[in-house]
Amino acid sequence: MRRAYFKNNWVAGLMVAPQLIIVFTFFYFPTSQALYWAFTLEQPWGGGNTWVGFDNFRTILEDPYYWSSIWVSVVYAVGSTVLAVGMALTLAIFADRQLAGYKLYKVGMIWPYAIAAPAVGLAFRFIFTPGAGIMMFVNQLFPHLWNPVDDGNQAMAMVIVAGAWKQVAYNFIFFLAGLQSIPRSLIEAGAMDGARVLRRMRDIQLPLLAPTFFFVLVINITDSFTDSFGIVDTMTAGGPSRATNLMVYKIFNDGFQGLDYSGAAAQSIILMLLVIALTFVQFRYIERKVHYT
Amino acid sequence: MTKTYPALVALALAFCATTASAEKIKFDYWYGLSGDLGAVLAQTCDRFNASQDKYEAVCTGYDGYELVVQSAIAAFRAGKAPALLQSFDAGTADLMMSGQFYAVTQMMKDFKIDINWDDYFPGIADYYSSSKGEMFSMPFNSSTAVMYYNTDDLASVNMPVPATWEEFGNTLKALKAKNPSKCAYGYEPSVWVDLEQYSAINNVALATNNNGYDGLDTKLVYNTTSAVKHMEDIKGWLDAGLAEMKVSAGGMNSQEAFSQNICSFFFGSIANHSSLNLKHADNLHWDVGMIPTEKAGERHNSVVGGASLWVLAGKSEDEYRGVAEYLKFISTPDSIKFWVSNTGYIPVTKSAFDQLTKDGFYAAAPYKGRETAIASLTATEPGPLNRGFRLGSMIQLRAEWLSDVQAALAGQMTVQAAYDQSVERGNAMLEKFAKTYAGKTLP
Repeated sequence: MRRAYFKNNWVAGLMVAPQLIIVFTFFYFPTSQALYWAFTLEQPWGGGNTWVGFDNFRTILEDPYYWSSIWVSVVYAVGSTVLAVGMALTLAIFADRQLAGYKLYKVGMIWPYAIAAPAVGLAFRFIFTPGAGIMMFVNQLFPHLWNPVDDGNQAMAMVIVAGAWKQVAYNFIFFLAGLQSIPRSLIEAGAMDGARVLRRMRDIQLPLLAPTFFFVLVINITDSFTDSFGIVDTMTAGGPSRATNLMVYKIFNDGFQGLDYSGAAAQSIILMLLVIALTFVQFRYIERKVHYT
Repeated sequence: MTKTYPALVALALAFCATTASAEKIKFDYWYGLSGDLGAVLAQTCDRFNASQDKYEAVCTGYDGYELVVQSAIAAFRAGKAPALLQSFDAGTADLMMSGQFYAVTQMMKDFKIDINWDDYFPGIADYYSSSKGEMFSMPFNSSTAVMYYNTDDLASVNMPVPATWEEFGNTLKALKAKNPSKCAYGYEPSVWVDLEQYSAINNVALATNNNGYDGLDTKLVYNTTSAVKHMEDIKGWLDAGLAEMKVSAGGMNSQEAFSQNICSFFFGSIANHSSLNLKHADNLHWDVGMIPTEKAGERHNSVVGGASLWVLAGKSEDEYRGVAEYLKFISTPDSIKFWVSNTGYIPVTKSAFDQLTKDGFYAAAPYKGRETAIASLTATEPGPLNRGFRLGSMIQLRAEWLSDVQAALAGQMTVQAAYDQSVERGNAMLEKFAKTYAGKTLP
């Protein structure tokens, strides 16, 4: 493959400088600040801090509820990703088949992504309210079946559905684009050879969709770890009894509301390492199975 | 695009022109009240600005106390903090320890503005004062917790307004026996009502060091007082169906359940009085009572809630003079009357309360009943256990309480175990808070 490159490195440096400055100002600088705070006890209003070494990390990692928060985050990440990717893929395959009315449907599917997470949370809070609407009907058929106010697992299920619903739209766009970039001639050739819809999907479309699938997977996992607090905040506020206290929500709670800057900084570092590790694992082991054409 | 450009320039010029012609000395004021209450607060700014030709308050509202305090801290660290900040009880300890404020008593003295500090209700003044009694911040929107009850339901079972928790339990039983399909008590876990107000009213300690006023090496002790029994009572009522959980996560909170005539009792801030007045079911008749006590006739004062106004450090003398004028303005009887009649908050000075009472403000609807909050706040002279709570990491302490109480109410642990655990975890946080301010003492 031929590559274009700059002979003069200074020009190249100048070209990427704006981007680098942005990355440094908004990512590396805050991260280094958080890293420093994580090893100190920081007074919120300024006025000094004390170096405490790994004390903050020790406190956090010795806390059984922090581990439960990690576990809850993993459950949320896996649950919402499987649901969002699965739903989006199914819907995209249908849209790609160009059944009647698919254009309207295509536009309608993209909208949910434009809705802010807290608004999604609020909408789903109404949908899942045990005392009204659909769930009240369910509760009348099976008394005491649905009660996310007391039941942590149900609260988690509720948050996962809301989180996945928002993510479906985003995934849908990528899957549809991926499906439409598959040459029609391949599918038509398959059809002429007598392959039915499901067979063509399994042997032609899904393998060719693998790069898109991998991209969507990485984005969804990362997103579910870092961008879920708006939904949790409006739907459950981390409850009942810490059942939906995701890592990112705990950081928001401790740092932004409780003014425990050092504890929150240490948690951010742990979360960042976890996301980096997960992404690394995905690139190392899953990407191998992906073939880019 | 090119056509809109000149219009934008004109607009920008016009904007510059208006700001230049005003030439008033401006100071920033950030507040955390939102919604209807925030709108009324914005009006107090407009009233002040209309009354002034020298100073101008530039008021900015934030969605909640946590957010405004957080934003002020970020701005303060960047040297762009407002001169005046509305901060809530939970933010008090950090602000006091930081010392980055200008005590209002000192400021008024420096600018020779005469304010009668003794006129403030002691229960309110003590909350915002140092351990030595100097008032650090200006009391503004003050409230306390009260009991809202449905008068028709109470009359239907021929019961008086419950004065003790035992009577309250009996009333619930009677209400349930009379009308099993109605929710007698819509319960929403609230650390402020169930623990903080309870401890003050019944004169039991929440923490050592006189609830944290006397030092940073404070330990929580609420797992050893009658507060445990009170929580067990609540759990008992919930388990027996005498009370029902009404929280937002379930679609309806306890205030909505009361205002829509679904539940007969509701405990909350007196600040909700005005919103209940504005919005309630047509067939609901209701009134306000003081929170019941543990033992008959042994009532102490409840503690103040809401927020106060802090003057932050590092501003110019001109700005401080403007702030002082503003604080003087909101302390006038006329301003207090405007504030309390448009919100559910209580007047913070004795003279304003007396004046309002004399004017018949509390005699008729829609304000009748609010005097109950004053009666509750002034039930006794505040002693060491009912001045308030001076605890660091208060937001997290409250969050721990809620998480463990939720676990207890769902039957995952006993109330005693939940209280023991939240005290233990809270003590670790208090220790960390003390370490953060190592070598400093509470003013």
